[in-house]
Amino acid sequence: MKISYRWLTEWADTDLNAEQAAERFTLAGLEVDDLASVAPPLDGVVVGEILAVEPHPDADRLRVCRVTGDSEERTIVCGAPNARTGLKAPLATLGTTLPGGLKIKPAKLRGVRSEGMLCSEPELGLGEDAAGLMELPEDAPTGKPLAGYLGLDDHVLEIDLTPNRADCLSVRGLARELAALTGASLSAPEMPPVEAVIDDGLDIELQSPEDCPRYIGRIIRDVDVHAETPLWMVEALRRSGLRSLGPIVDVTNYVLLELGQPMHAFDLARINGGIRVRRPEKNECMTLLDGREVELDQDMVLIADHQGPLALGGIMGGEGSAVGDSTRDILLESAWFNPASIIGRSRRLGLATESAHRFERGVDPQLQRLAAERATALIIEIAGGRPGPLLEASDEEFIPVNPEVELRVDRLNRVLGSDLDSDTVHEILERLGMQVDAGRAGVFGIIAPSARRDIEIEEDLIEEVARVYGYDRLPSRRPGGGLTIRIPGEGELSETSLRHQLCARGFQEIMTWSFVSEKELERLDLLEHAQPLANPLSRDLAILRTSMLPGLLQTAGANMRRQHDSFRLFELGECFSQGESGLVETSRLGLLMTGASRAEHFSAKPRVVDFFDLKGEIEHLLSLNQVPGEIRFEPTTRPWLHPGQAAELTIDGVSAGWLGQLHPALVTELDWPRSAFVAELATDQMRRKQLPEFSSLWRFPSVRRDLSLVVEEQIPSAALIDEIRKVGGASVRNCIIFDQYQGPGVEKGFKSLSIGLIIREVSRTLKDQEVEALTAKVVDGLEQRFNARLRG
Amino acid sequence: MSSPTPEGLLDEALGRVGQAADARSLDEVRVRYLGKKGSLTGLLKQLGSLPPEKRREAGQAVNRCKQALEQAVAEREQVLERSALEARLEDERIDVTLPGRMHEPGGPHPVSRALERILAIFNQLGFAVATGPEVEDDYHNFGALNFPEHHPARAMHDTFYLPNGDLLRTHTSPVQIRVMKETPPPVRIVAPGRVFRSDSDQTHTPQFHQVEGLLVDRDVTFADLKGLLADFVNAFFEDDLEMRLRPSYFPFTEPSAEVDVRWRDPDGTPGHWLEVLGCGMVHPNVLVNCGIDPQEYTGYAFGLGVERFAMLRYKVNDLRLFFENDLNFLRQFR
Repeated sequence: MKISYRWLTEWADTDLNAEQAAERFTLAGLEVDDLASVAPPLDGVVVGEILAVEPHPDADRLRVCRVTGDSEERTIVCGAPNARTGLKAPLATLGTTLPGGLKIKPAKLRGVRSEGMLCSEPELGLGEDAAGLMELPEDAPTGKPLAGYLGLDDHVLEIDLTPNRADCLSVRGLARELAALTGASLSAPEMPPVEAVIDDGLDIELQSPEDCPRYIGRIIRDVDVHAETPLWMVEALRRSGLRSLGPIVDVTNYVLLELGQPMHAFDLARINGGIRVRRPEKNECMTLLDGREVELDQDMVLIADHQGPLALGGIMGGEGSAVGDSTRDILLESAWFNPASIIGRSRRLGLATESAHRFERGVDPQLQRLAAERATALIIEIAGGRPGPLLEASDEEFIPVNPEVELRVDRLNRVLGSDLDSDTVHEILERLGMQVDAGRAGVFGIIAPSARRDIEIEEDLIEEVARVYGYDRLPSRRPGGGLTIRIPGEGELSETSLRHQLCARGFQEIMTWSFVSEKELERLDLLEHAQPLANPLSRDLAILRTSMLPGLLQTAGANMRRQHDSFRLFELGECFSQGESGLVETSRLGLLMTGASRAEHFSAKPRVVDFFDLKGEIEHLLSLNQVPGEIRFEPTTRPWLHPGQAAELTIDGVSAGWLGQLHPALVTELDWPRSAFVAELATDQMRRKQLPEFSSLWRFPSVRRDLSLVVEEQIPSAALIDEIRKVGGASVRNCIIFDQYQGPGVEKGFKSLSIGLIIREVSRTLKDQEVEALTAKVVDGLEQRFNARLRG
Repeated sequence: MSSPTPEGLLDEALGRVGQAADARSLDEVRVRYLGKKGSLTGLLKQLGSLPPEKRREAGQAVNRCKQALEQAVAEREQVLERSALEARLEDERIDVTLPGRMHEPGGPHPVSRALERILAIFNQLGFAVATGPEVEDDYHNFGALNFPEHHPARAMHDTFYLPNGDLLRTHTSPVQIRVMKETPPPVRIVAPGRVFRSDSDQTHTPQFHQVEGLLVDRDVTFADLKGLLADFVNAFFEDDLEMRLRPSYFPFTEPSAEVDVRWRDPDGTPGHWLEVLGCGMVHPNVLVNCGIDPQEYTGYAFGLGVERFAMLRYKVNDLRLFFENDLNFLRQFR
């Protein structure tokens, strides 16, 4: 909400300047976002008066004006179309510097001397109407400094109110708040009731009193809708960001800002019969003030006459019943709508009106009469007219009354950790306009003023007292006591440790969007079971990611384009897919490696990363953390992976992720200069750890026997190792594959694998014969199972 | 020709020892004079042909010369070994200024880096880490946190919805509800995680990270909250910054506050106030929603934006950089 500080000080008698008041508001929870001068400095600009206008002898568009401003008459050449005899307009005298930086000096325009400048609004930084000179009222005092005359030595406070403080959406509310915070006295203008001079009435029916339990109307006949809104009101509206739209609308807007009561004026001639406040009928439509025809929902509130809709209650007026150029008689509306009946409706219609903003948050339910009287008085003052009596329809049953809330001083101190005494608390409550029952010791019975719709429980009052007392003055206690040891078990690796293990291995962490485009998922064949958002920001961010892959690819591609050749990336995050019983959210670890296997060095030829680099990193993690369970890598396929270089990681038979080279076709499609190796692992599986447990130390030497075997090439090495372990039993402590060979000397379709067996017993030294026997048994087993033979 | 004298042989041998340039030629000298067929050894064999009265003296002379030669050979051997080692060392000299064989190091994302620091501080203060799902239902994200249906406070959270009405959590506060429903007081947790708002401009990204803190116990006060946050902020920034609490409004806390920190100007003097945290005393309705008696227990909660702390700590001037994942940016935070 934007409001003129000068206007505020008309209501609250304070010595604070605008800056101090802004600080005080901010520290009391009414955050002042901006504090701006109403106008740039306008020294040297005065109210000028055009005494005579003559055509310029040498230019059709220019005119020569005789102008009086300060002491003497002068000639000013002017091109504005509205320059005319008798007009009062801002005059920038010689020596003045305008806000745009223009310095006013004597000049000759097409041969005619010009001494000064008559100004438009934008030239003074006061508005946007550049069509001509800024027109000042006829009674503007010629020669008076413009800033003083327009009251421009003012500031506009822009306050960002939290939704609970609807009571501060007005000058009156802010003034009350300022008074409560500073002890300033309130000096509200007098607003006596306006006596009726005609007795015209109108039937008002509250057909939906729970939505609108109070509706006050007043007929005013013979208003002059062409009357000019006085400058002080135009300026007040302008400073709150509202344009002047004619005297009737200006007055309702003014009262809205002044008192916080949204009001509306109807052209009485357009009302048939009387007012009916009701819910819309099915498929009922109306045209709003902004010209849009909307179909009304059943849960909206309608102000209708006996024929049809007039206005959308609490939100916006209708086009058909609006005050226009030909309006003579009006019906003024001042009503109270239940917030529950307004909330969300304007948003649904794409409307954000001042009225809906206030009714959604709660308007003072006791304000309607006062506002109607105030608006009537202002309309009559500006536009004349003959008022009728106030017409009120209300249903008290549905008008909320603030409850009495108990505030225990000891509870207050227990929550705040403070030591405030009853008197201090009492004084603060009274300053806030609360009705205080101090009959019991240590307990206050409080009824909040009707404008405060946010005081319902004791904590609301504790907050009020704390706020006005000042959060900064409340005590602060350093942490201590009540400590409990909270350390995660050793069965789980922390995400932090996992992250740093990866970083130590050269992986750079990234954070990509949790949402991806449908196109991207489709390209990668990851769209199945994907969960779209109902209201995405854009098509690129429309679907929850089903995998870490899109983010890795996007990041890798972008960095390749930034001339990074070799890098390793990882991301830890959540992926989403639709399961049978709802959305499944899983934590995943994505890995990507591309480029050289290690930094370039003079001592060795650079090597490009391959499958075994990536697999090695995963094995390293598994081994480093002693992830428990039987770990296997099996050939697999994924649409985005090279079919011959893709593996599935399983732990105890459960899939824990996949890894492999990107499919060459995908690399081509991505237009990458080189391939990459990618993996996605189940973070939970990778974070499992085992508590170490001591077992006997090896005290006896181990023996190594190397076997060079020839087998058919499609037999996986892991199968051979499994067989060796099965046949060899516990004595085979380790198997090291130290060579794989295909080529001359080995038949086509076969491969040679060289495996070192590390053989050892816990309790004794093995004899040579035992080792030979074991080796022979292993060779025999491999021969039977895989037709393997020792390479000659 | 008279047979050589031991002294003569010794002189000759010592000359050869001194000339021996390596272990092999030294060994040749040793064999030549001291071996089984060596000339000094030969003199011993000839002793038998001397008259008995001269034997003893002659034998002693030969043995003296043998010993002297043996010692000379041993000394020469050491000299040769030393110089061989020196030659090898010289030969093995390298240019130690050449670069080592290293891996390009990786690094944590700056948001992780800030988050780890935040969590480390709260871990020391006895707060355990709790987590919750990123896709939440309306109840946990809003309802149980005392956001009334359709309340304008909900409009402050630009929420991403799923077609079934579930949503991407707009804050980490739902973890409060999940923890309090499962754990009776005392509750002392921090909940880090990714949150989402449908908002994207220079100062907003549709996803960011928060840490939620919650402490519920007997006699927990607003004063405790103030003290905790002051200690936290100063520990995080390794500074002694002025802090102030401003009243604010969150449906799930009351009293509620926003926390400003007085940032330093480049010259170190106190400068402008920066909002860094939201906090408050847990609203009694929230406690009741979780089955906790607000008359017996009180609590405080706070929430902070990790990106904001990372920006301040590492002087990052554009929020959006965090999600662009430019390696030139990320590698600055190793």
